[in-house]
Amino acid sequence: MTWQALIYVTLKGSVLDPQGTAVTKALHAMQYTNVHDVRVGKYLEVVFDADNEQAANEQVQAMCAKFLTNPVIETYTYRLAEVAS
Amino acid sequence: MKTAVIQFPGSNCDMDAVKAVQSTTAGTAELVWHTTKDLSAYDVIVVPGGFSYGDYLRAGAIARFSPVMDAVATEALRGKLVMGICNGFQVLTEAGLLPGALRQNESLQFRCEMAQLVVENTDTPYTRSYHEGEVIRIPIAHGEGNYYADDATVQELEKNEQIVFRYRKEHNPNGSVGDIAGIVNKNKNVLGMMPHPERAVHELLGSADGVRLFTSIFTTWRDAHGTR
Amino acid sequence: MAHGEPTPQQVQEQKIYRTFGLTEEEYEKIIASLGRLPNYTETGIFSVMWSEHCSYKSSRPVLRRFPTTGERVLQGPGENAGIVDIGDNLAVVFKMESHNHPTAIEPYQGAATGVGGIIRDIFTMGARPIALLNSLRFGELNDAHNRYLFSHSVEGIGGYGNCIGIPTVGGEVVFDNRYTHNPLVNAMCVGLIAHDKIATGTASGTNNPVLVVGAKTGRDGIHGATFASTQDPHAKERSAVQVGDPFMEKLLLEACLELIDTGKVIGIQDMGAAGLTSSSAEMASRAGSGLVLDVTKVPVRETAMTPYEMMLSESQERMLVVMEKGEEAIAYEIFEKWGLEATAIGHVTDDGFLRIVEGETVAAQIPVTALVDEAPIAYRASLRPRYLDELRVDLPVCQVASSMKDELVALLSRETIASKEWVYDQYDSMVRTETFVRPGSDAAVVGVPGTKKALAFVTDGNGRYVYLDPHQGGAMAVAEAARNLVCSGAQPLAVTDCLNYGNPEKPEIFYQLEQSADGISRACEVFATPVIGGNVSLYNESHGIDIYPTPVIGMVGLIEDVKDIMTSDLKASGHALYLLGDLFAGLDDGLGGSEYLLMRDPMHHLDYALPTFVFDDEKGVQDVCLQAIQQGLLHAAHDVSDGGLLVALAEMAMTENKLGVQVRLSPDHALSTNDLLAVFFGESPSRILVEVAKQNEQALTSLATMHGVPCVRLGEVTKDSTFTVYIDQDVVVQAPVQELESAWRGAIGSWMNG
Repeated sequence: MTWQALIYVTLKGSVLDPQGTAVTKALHAMQYTNVHDVRVGKYLEVVFDADNEQAANEQVQAMCAKFLTNPVIETYTYRLAEVAS
Repeated sequence: MKTAVIQFPGSNCDMDAVKAVQSTTAGTAELVWHTTKDLSAYDVIVVPGGFSYGDYLRAGAIARFSPVMDAVATEALRGKLVMGICNGFQVLTEAGLLPGALRQNESLQFRCEMAQLVVENTDTPYTRSYHEGEVIRIPIAHGEGNYYADDATVQELEKNEQIVFRYRKEHNPNGSVGDIAGIVNKNKNVLGMMPHPERAVHELLGSADGVRLFTSIFTTWRDAHGTR
Repeated sequence: MAHGEPTPQQVQEQKIYRTFGLTEEEYEKIIASLGRLPNYTETGIFSVMWSEHCSYKSSRPVLRRFPTTGERVLQGPGENAGIVDIGDNLAVVFKMESHNHPTAIEPYQGAATGVGGIIRDIFTMGARPIALLNSLRFGELNDAHNRYLFSHSVEGIGGYGNCIGIPTVGGEVVFDNRYTHNPLVNAMCVGLIAHDKIATGTASGTNNPVLVVGAKTGRDGIHGATFASTQDPHAKERSAVQVGDPFMEKLLLEACLELIDTGKVIGIQDMGAAGLTSSSAEMASRAGSGLVLDVTKVPVRETAMTPYEMMLSESQERMLVVMEKGEEAIAYEIFEKWGLEATAIGHVTDDGFLRIVEGETVAAQIPVTALVDEAPIAYRASLRPRYLDELRVDLPVCQVASSMKDELVALLSRETIASKEWVYDQYDSMVRTETFVRPGSDAAVVGVPGTKKALAFVTDGNGRYVYLDPHQGGAMAVAEAARNLVCSGAQPLAVTDCLNYGNPEKPEIFYQLEQSADGISRACEVFATPVIGGNVSLYNESHGIDIYPTPVIGMVGLIEDVKDIMTSDLKASGHALYLLGDLFAGLDDGLGGSEYLLMRDPMHHLDYALPTFVFDDEKGVQDVCLQAIQQGLLHAAHDVSDGGLLVALAEMAMTENKLGVQVRLSPDHALSTNDLLAVFFGESPSRILVEVAKQNEQALTSLATMHGVPCVRLGEVTKDSTFTVYIDQDVVVQAPVQELESAWRGAIGSWMNG
């Protein structure tokens, strides 16, 4: 089975995000004063094979923990879907 | 003293490190390609600056999986001196050989300038030729040099005297926690620093304050091995 | 026809060649050359090879006037870059190139790929790149779009240079609204090479294999070369902009240098503008050979690419290499080590044809001479613009807002004059650990490993000057570049130039090009600095407005001994300050062309003529300065340029050393406020400020007298960090250096960081 993981990586809430702060300020300057907060992150699309959904989930989590994120400063969420191979 | 300077695809301060070791010590230095699996022949290992693998994904994130990194970890565990400069520091934190992580500079810009560092700890193999509290001029050149560790880790670093260099107060160029510029591991044989000592080895380069870092390493080695 | 492309008849009947930028005459000429109708692919190939960008059809007759030879010149124009001997079996390789149009569309990638392209031109010659410089022009920073173009260009330049590990050591940035819609990004790269390692872009030796190495080919930037040559880039699609990969280029650089070092490379050429088309045609042209290339063998990263797309793709970080037959394996092995592809796609022939095949099918077959040598020349009409004959030569009357000090402070915070730290602190200027003088002095200085020598680099150009007097303005750009090198202790060696102009189809614009090229030529003869390469960027116009004619001079100088390296910052109190050149030149020359006049009278600043410029005076001042440096008489030297005398003095004082300046001028008659403005802020050329120790003052004045060069003692360096100017006994300007410095250092950051 072929899967696609859509992975969103952001800095942890406790870590200052200077890029997000800069974007927030810029939005405010553009009169979007209703904007409270912006977090800038990374988005990855990973297409891979796995036998079943559980295996796919495990793989994604392992990839993120070992390589795709740095757990010292980053956190992630992802969505998983089966795709046609 | 035999020094290995690790060369990853995208390293670009590798030759500078070789030149610095050769011009400041009586030791030898050579480039070692990242596919090498055994570093036991070397006394000192330098992970140099640059943009290993283009710094794609995160600075140091890809390099840390190079074959050579297992050998670096092995030698570090055996107590050999392992020094990461700039991108090398990033690689060593990614590899877990040093605590913390390097974030993007607070200014969001790459910054290249002569930085002023306070030598916080002279009781390391890298800093024994400096005086405690001395202010030295060492250049920086990085976009992701903003050192971060959580409070507990920073307290741990303070307690174990692992903080080796700090930026002078009010002169922190990247927003690092505690103005940290360089740290060692608990055993004090692994050093990571964002500033480039290899760029401060001659007055023509604007500072020679980096020379004593290399002579410290050399003296440490000589004390352990005698002159050879 | 294959790939659903129009047939040759349709290309003709539907005038498809017109959409490629070919004229009726050019299309007829193609038919005559081939003796048949060109097919779609061939029409595309001709259109890029005959574009302004590749063929220099408007500028070729002008470029022929440049002096291009000299004792030290090992390679003049015509190769990827020029080469100049510096002794010890070493040579310096350098070139400057524009990337204006791509930058206007996508500033980060436009500027970044400009840097990537010029680096490839240097290492293609077999040289190790050692330095980068950039000459930039933008509209003023009070406009948000200008700030966007500026900040992203700087980021792109840094992003590429920092990653690849070549120090960006210097350049210039000028702000003027004439560049608002047409920013200029001219990138220069310098390399070092041993004489016996020089490689060239030649495809010789029948049956020798032709390889594509480096990145895979995609549909990037198709028709970029013609796009660079047409009006109003904003009308074009954004997809024509290429994306750079500095990491890939770093690997390509190391792999190519390793490959060239084996001695098995016959020829190598960057695949830049017009990609495979121009690289293959030019390599064959230089050797008088032909090539057969099979596009099905080109490594691709997109599917279903046609021969047309393959030939015109401008995917970055690729090279075309001709190897000795049977030695291909060497290339495969080296490129594999660096994780790159090297693929044989064809071979050299002796029939003089560029033959593109797609497997068994011939997709294009064109005589190389038709593409390169027979490229049309456009003899453009030239007409002296009327405004040149209406310029005033009297002193303009300016209203001084409050005090001379305030005028100076205002001038120091002009974006063009202010410190460029905000820019160059984003560039790694120190990697390679040979940078002896970083950005901010008159010229950058980089050491030559293994010798006592150093090289000095500078870029200079002033479009406003050239607009006001094309011939003299061109000459003054060369003079200022040479003067900056001399102030750094270097003997000027040679020039690379980027000629940035408006639409050459307008006779007044072509006049500017022609006249300024003549001025440059004349100056290059006087200073013995031949032009060894460069490029031309035309059609820098949008919304009907042409940029100022802006030739940018990149110059390289040699310092025989690093002890002669000189910088512009003051060194010690008690030293004397002298001016080499005419102190009161402004009384005759006025404020024509000056930044001050632009600041105070923007509506009329183009009404006044340039200051006079005399080659002999300039040469004399430079000779005295260089000899004084070599005799160890000087501690600082700084040329008087943008902003005039007081700005230059203030720049010397704004250092870490916290010194001051006390200057006393003694004119032989009373000066009016307008006279003073002209003396203080006029930009008369051929003047250098120097710092000299007391015991050497006599030697300096004798040296100047011997050369017939005016040499005036202005005052002294003081330790109180105050900037004071007296006229006789009266204080006319007084300020803490700190006040001047914060205006000067903070100006650009206050726009950009706010």
